[in-house]
Amino acid sequence: MAEMDEPEKKRTRVVELTEKMVVEGGCGGSCEWEGRWNHIKKFLERSGPFTHPDFEPGTESLQFLLQTCRVLVIGAGGLGCELLKDLALSGFGKIDVVDMDTIDVSNLNRQFLFRPKDVGRPKADVAADFINSRVPGCHVIPHFKKIQDLDERFYRQFHIIVCGLDSIVARRWMNGMLLSLLVYEDGEVDQTSVIPLIDGGTEGFKGNARVILPGVTACIDCTLELYPPQINFPMCTIASMPRLPEHCIEYVRILQWPKEMPFGDGVALDGDDPEHIQWVFQRSLKRAAEFNITGVTYRLTQGVVKRIIPAVASTNAVIAAACTTEVFKLATSAYVPLSNYMVFNDVDGLYTYTFEAERKENCSACSQVPVDLHFPPSSKFQQVLEYLTESTSLQMKSPAVTATVEGKSKTLYLQSVASIEQRTRPNLSKSLKELGLTDGQELAVADVTTPQTMLFRLCFTS
Amino acid sequence: MAATKDSKEQKYDRQLRLWGDHGQEALENAHVCLINATATGTEILKNLVLPGIGAFTIVDGHIVSGEDAGNNFFLSSDSIGKNRAQAATELLQELNSDVSGNFVEESPDKLLDNDPEFFHRFTIVIGVQLPESTCLRLGMVLWSASVPFLICKAYGLIGYMRLMVQEHTVIESHPDNALEDLRLDRPFDEFKSHIKSYNLSIMDKKDHSHTPWVIIVAKYLERWLSEHDGQPPKNYKEKEAFRQIIREGILKNENGGLEDEENFEEAIKNVNTALNPTKVPTSVEDLFNSEQCNNITAQSSSFWVMLRAVKEFVYNEGSGSLPVRGSIPDMIADSQKFINLQNVYREKAMQDAAAVSKHVESLLQSVGKPPESISEKDIKLFCKNSSFLRVVRCRSLAEEYSVDSINKDEITSRMDSPDSEMVFYLMLRAVDRFYQLHSRYPGFRKSLRISGAF
Repeated sequence: MAEMDEPEKKRTRVVELTEKMVVEGGCGGSCEWEGRWNHIKKFLERSGPFTHPDFEPGTESLQFLLQTCRVLVIGAGGLGCELLKDLALSGFGKIDVVDMDTIDVSNLNRQFLFRPKDVGRPKADVAADFINSRVPGCHVIPHFKKIQDLDERFYRQFHIIVCGLDSIVARRWMNGMLLSLLVYEDGEVDQTSVIPLIDGGTEGFKGNARVILPGVTACIDCTLELYPPQINFPMCTIASMPRLPEHCIEYVRILQWPKEMPFGDGVALDGDDPEHIQWVFQRSLKRAAEFNITGVTYRLTQGVVKRIIPAVASTNAVIAAACTTEVFKLATSAYVPLSNYMVFNDVDGLYTYTFEAERKENCSACSQVPVDLHFPPSSKFQQVLEYLTESTSLQMKSPAVTATVEGKSKTLYLQSVASIEQRTRPNLSKSLKELGLTDGQELAVADVTTPQTMLFRLCFTS
Repeated sequence: MAATKDSKEQKYDRQLRLWGDHGQEALENAHVCLINATATGTEILKNLVLPGIGAFTIVDGHIVSGEDAGNNFFLSSDSIGKNRAQAATELLQELNSDVSGNFVEESPDKLLDNDPEFFHRFTIVIGVQLPESTCLRLGMVLWSASVPFLICKAYGLIGYMRLMVQEHTVIESHPDNALEDLRLDRPFDEFKSHIKSYNLSIMDKKDHSHTPWVIIVAKYLERWLSEHDGQPPKNYKEKEAFRQIIREGILKNENGGLEDEENFEEAIKNVNTALNPTKVPTSVEDLFNSEQCNNITAQSSSFWVMLRAVKEFVYNEGSGSLPVRGSIPDMIADSQKFINLQNVYREKAMQDAAAVSKHVESLLQSVGKPPESISEKDIKLFCKNSSFLRVVRCRSLAEEYSVDSINKDEITSRMDSPDSEMVFYLMLRAVDRFYQLHSRYPGFRKSLRISGAF
């Protein structure tokens, strides 16, 4: 019987040791040292003239940050790296980070958690490893995924979400996701279902940070008009009367590449492939020479093809610090949060301005007011689609529309699946009446800008 | 392995698009000194090391404490007990192998006692959490050596930055909304002959609709001037009338309706700004009137020599105007018409820059310096940016602190406003004064140390 006991004893001891490691965070006792959190304790264990009126100093707040509070960082790039550093050093011990990208050489001038040897590896993984190693006791969990690959069960786990994204579409999607988590009781938002969203953005020497309480304060879509429209040159300029070097590059990208398929049939232009860019560059030079246009360079070519936004470390540092401060304030209730939109610009000296962005009464994302679409029944369906993409308050990318016609669910148009696109394309030139749509009809619209289908009401005008 | 030019271009691509290769070169020739590797200090250095500053030197006599290791990404628990300058240098150096990192395990006061000229070698000195007396001593040394000094402090959610620089000249200030330099109010000869080559009334429809708006406005302005005694449209009423005249120039189709002529719409939209009088901005006039401009010596920097040359140009060849910038905005036009118009401005800009060059040459000769001391490239860049030149001048710390020259009026008037942040300035000065008197910060007493986690 003694022999039988030995393996049991061994197993118990291994389990014991593992448990001990888990409790200590697996860093062999070097997780805490004297004075480590003094700088945070000065905020949380003392009252002061700038604290929130409801703030009570105590030791629980720090423990909450270290062991309980769950923060999600979206993006592990320019802002993401800074956010992870700032949050970890502010006491946040449980951080998740999502990023779908891998590391590129051009990231290294600011995304300081990455080194030349990391090029090609997933940003989320490398960032998490670095923080976990440099800030013992902090546990960052990476997710090498698109934000759209994660569902509400995932997002619901977090107390606060902070975004360092580089696309408006992605921001709108996150915004929509958090709005979909809201619980309404008697028309009022249940505060416990609100997950604050801190959103940061930067471009060159400019940046902004904002605090969004979904369902309570202005959301991303409430202020869609604040974003400058993307520059797209008119086709006739590109095709027949270029004047700027950019026009020549767009000509090669939009017209010449699809025609010549230089790297094989169906091989799309990859802005990250230097061979592709070189091809576009050479042909842009030729195009420019035909019209006596100067100024086409390799750098300009790459910038136009990839829609490159200039970036430096310092702007990201400032905006991430502002965002982290807001996460800290919300998590500890120690200070009054930003209300609610800060802009920063240090092109000329240093300029910053804060204002309260207001909710839009009929915001298509957060107002819960159904959006009416007004069209005469003779309008072509194409016009409805154009409205969905071109209206400044909707700015959809490629909406897929379904409706219930004669009791059956019917896809009116869907661009992203080739076979369905072909089948539904004739609907574009049909009138709403021809399609069997009626006054007051509900149209369900899906688009990359929102995780949930949006419902519109079709209202016929004469 | 030394970074190749190509790999550096790739790595620094996103920032090169902001400050160009010449900006990067200036950065790589800079040597920055940081005093005190606190969290604020290392954060500043990080943002200089990542873009490739030439070199940094950390001066810090402190030993890394548990507190330091807790709030500073560039110190680890292993660093506790080591000299803070050395520990931080290691982790900052590792960010970018292009950068040369150095450290001096010494307090700035000791260096000021024994070797104040140590600080003369730096492009800029950054002092973080320095006591008032050290700031003032160091400030004096740096002011007389013309080395800029950036003083930073951070307490909780309040931060402070004070830049002390005698004179910093900026040629490319990258203004956000610069007005175009089209000279429609005082067209130069080459522009006048160019618009003569256009006859709007006999053009075919295609040409008419693809004529640049600048030509259209210039043509109609010529007509207006001849009908109004040489006076351009001045007030809203006249400008509206002017717009209307242009509107009447839009071609009509068979039914009498207006053709779609976007270039004419552009012309109408741009009338307001197009009629802005061309003049030397007041900021540039002020520079023309400054001592440094009027007194060129062998010690004058190339900025002042070029500025004086531009001033000479303005009073001579320029007939009261700066050198033509040479760039025009994009506008609806066919390629040839646009390029031809652009070339008219570009050639004029080159001509003006050549004239400025001659002035630069004679100025250099007059102070015994070779004419090649300032390159053509630099002169061209200067001329292109002549409307946007900026000079930053700050007072010395001694002036700020001296009872005789303190900015009493401005401080007291701002204190009158309840929302003013001037109160923070006074509080921070009081904190510094407290430290000078008691050798500790308010609210911190060794006997009342905040209890640790154990």
